[in-house]
Amino acid sequence: MNEKIFNDFPQLKSGMIYFDTAATSLKPLSVIEAVNHYNKDLSSNINRGMYDKGIETTELYEETRVKIAHFINAKSEEIIFTRGATSSLNLVAYSWGLNNLDKDSEIIISEQEHHSQFLPWQFVSKKTGAKIKFIELDRFGRITVEAFKKTLTSKTKVVAINYVSNVLGYVNPIKEITELAHEVGAIVVIDGAQAVQHLKVDLKNLNIDFFAFSGHKMLGPTGIGVLYGKSSHLKVMQPFEYGGDMNEDVEKDISTWKKAPQKFEAGTMPIGSVIGLGKAVDYIENLGIENIDEYTKKLSWYLCDELLKLEGVTVYNPYSDSGVITYNLNGIPAHDAISYYAEKKIAIRSGQHCAKLIHDFLGIHSSLRATVYLYNTLDEVNTFIEVTKKAIEYFKEIGF
Amino acid sequence: MMNLDNLYREIIMEHYKNPRNKGLLDDERYHKIRIKNPSCGDDITIQTLVEDDIIKDCRQEATGCSISVASASVLTEIMIGKPVEEALSLAENFLNMVSNKEFNHDMDLEEAEVFSGVKQFPARIKCASIAWVAFKDSLESE
Repeated sequence: MNEKIFNDFPQLKSGMIYFDTAATSLKPLSVIEAVNHYNKDLSSNINRGMYDKGIETTELYEETRVKIAHFINAKSEEIIFTRGATSSLNLVAYSWGLNNLDKDSEIIISEQEHHSQFLPWQFVSKKTGAKIKFIELDRFGRITVEAFKKTLTSKTKVVAINYVSNVLGYVNPIKEITELAHEVGAIVVIDGAQAVQHLKVDLKNLNIDFFAFSGHKMLGPTGIGVLYGKSSHLKVMQPFEYGGDMNEDVEKDISTWKKAPQKFEAGTMPIGSVIGLGKAVDYIENLGIENIDEYTKKLSWYLCDELLKLEGVTVYNPYSDSGVITYNLNGIPAHDAISYYAEKKIAIRSGQHCAKLIHDFLGIHSSLRATVYLYNTLDEVNTFIEVTKKAIEYFKEIGF
Repeated sequence: MMNLDNLYREIIMEHYKNPRNKGLLDDERYHKIRIKNPSCGDDITIQTLVEDDIIKDCRQEATGCSISVASASVLTEIMIGKPVEEALSLAENFLNMVSNKEFNHDMDLEEAEVFSGVKQFPARIKCASIAWVAFKDSLESE
């Protein structure tokens, strides 16, 4: 990593080794300054104020929508701002799912899913009577097109899976899955929260129906996310939330709504966060997402190889396609192990990572997860490996 | 010496490796509370049997980290034979101690004193507390 990147991320100056990007990424100065500019200098609402600052705010807000559309190769009217990937997926489940599914429908999902994808569809299933079916994962926990085909039937109405697993780091074959799903008339809802920071996402090419991601996992602020929806769906879907600025005419007996995406953005949005997200996209595009992916993969594969050399470590995803490596120190509960890393100022994650079903699949209660990204270095990985060795010795010594 | 040594005291490790009163009973007279911590995977069940306002028996089944498992084990040993009212105030005092709140230093927490180091590790307060919260709930469900 060069000096410039180090200086771009003020959080790194504390000396902490930050290996928890899959939970939330660090934020570069350009993002921080853009959010500050909004709060400090503008602090106006959008689409309302007919004064200079109100107009500048609206322009910055809408510029971000255009940037996002370009970033994932979509049209800007297909980009809805939300609170995050969770909120995006709930929007689809409530607005599309509750109105289009019944007891004869089937929803295909996988055990890899983060709770933000699984729980909204479980809710819809309980409400509508639609049946949830799980794709059978291969022995490494991967989704294959072959296994997907076995789950797909003429009753399938929704396929809801992630692009990249937040625990195993696999990139799923969503293009092939989407083609097959469309043949039976099902829609495809993709959780892209772990994908957008690593992969060039081309939604025209992928042809999926809905795509959700969060800003804060791709260098942006918290509290902002995106839902992409195909225009044909958004046009006929009912709003998810009702309130200010999403309406057209309001009468005592009946009211009408603006067109998408405004129809789905009720109330005052987190405007500063939207503007900050625009700067996060700029940051990623300036470096080049292919370069980021290549750098991240090299680091995480090195980290994985070094972990595999250690006695007393189980790695669950040696074939990870992204920066995510999930493992345990044998015989040491993840929550004990993480206290050691924390004392050595290394930030990783322990627990179930909001994905309990994949832990059930792996037959474990919890795991440790280290994720590397563009601001991490080889030196940090070497320190991490040394600390891991010492952790194993320490816990052995005290009786684990 | 590492700070962590304040957490992993010998007694804690001993209870982690040899948990007392482990295994639940299929007996309707017992009150049972199960608490799972979804963020870390801890899964703790506490069973209590109360007769004449005395805790006649206390059982546990715990999977999770060493702190949560040892804490459940220590809890059961301390509580068996205690009057309900005293047991509740001990549990309250323990919970205050591990979460770095005001607590009564004069109250004898017996072996559970070894968890006093937990307060230096805010991320582990939940681990030490789960069994004790479940225990309180089991008495309050009487």
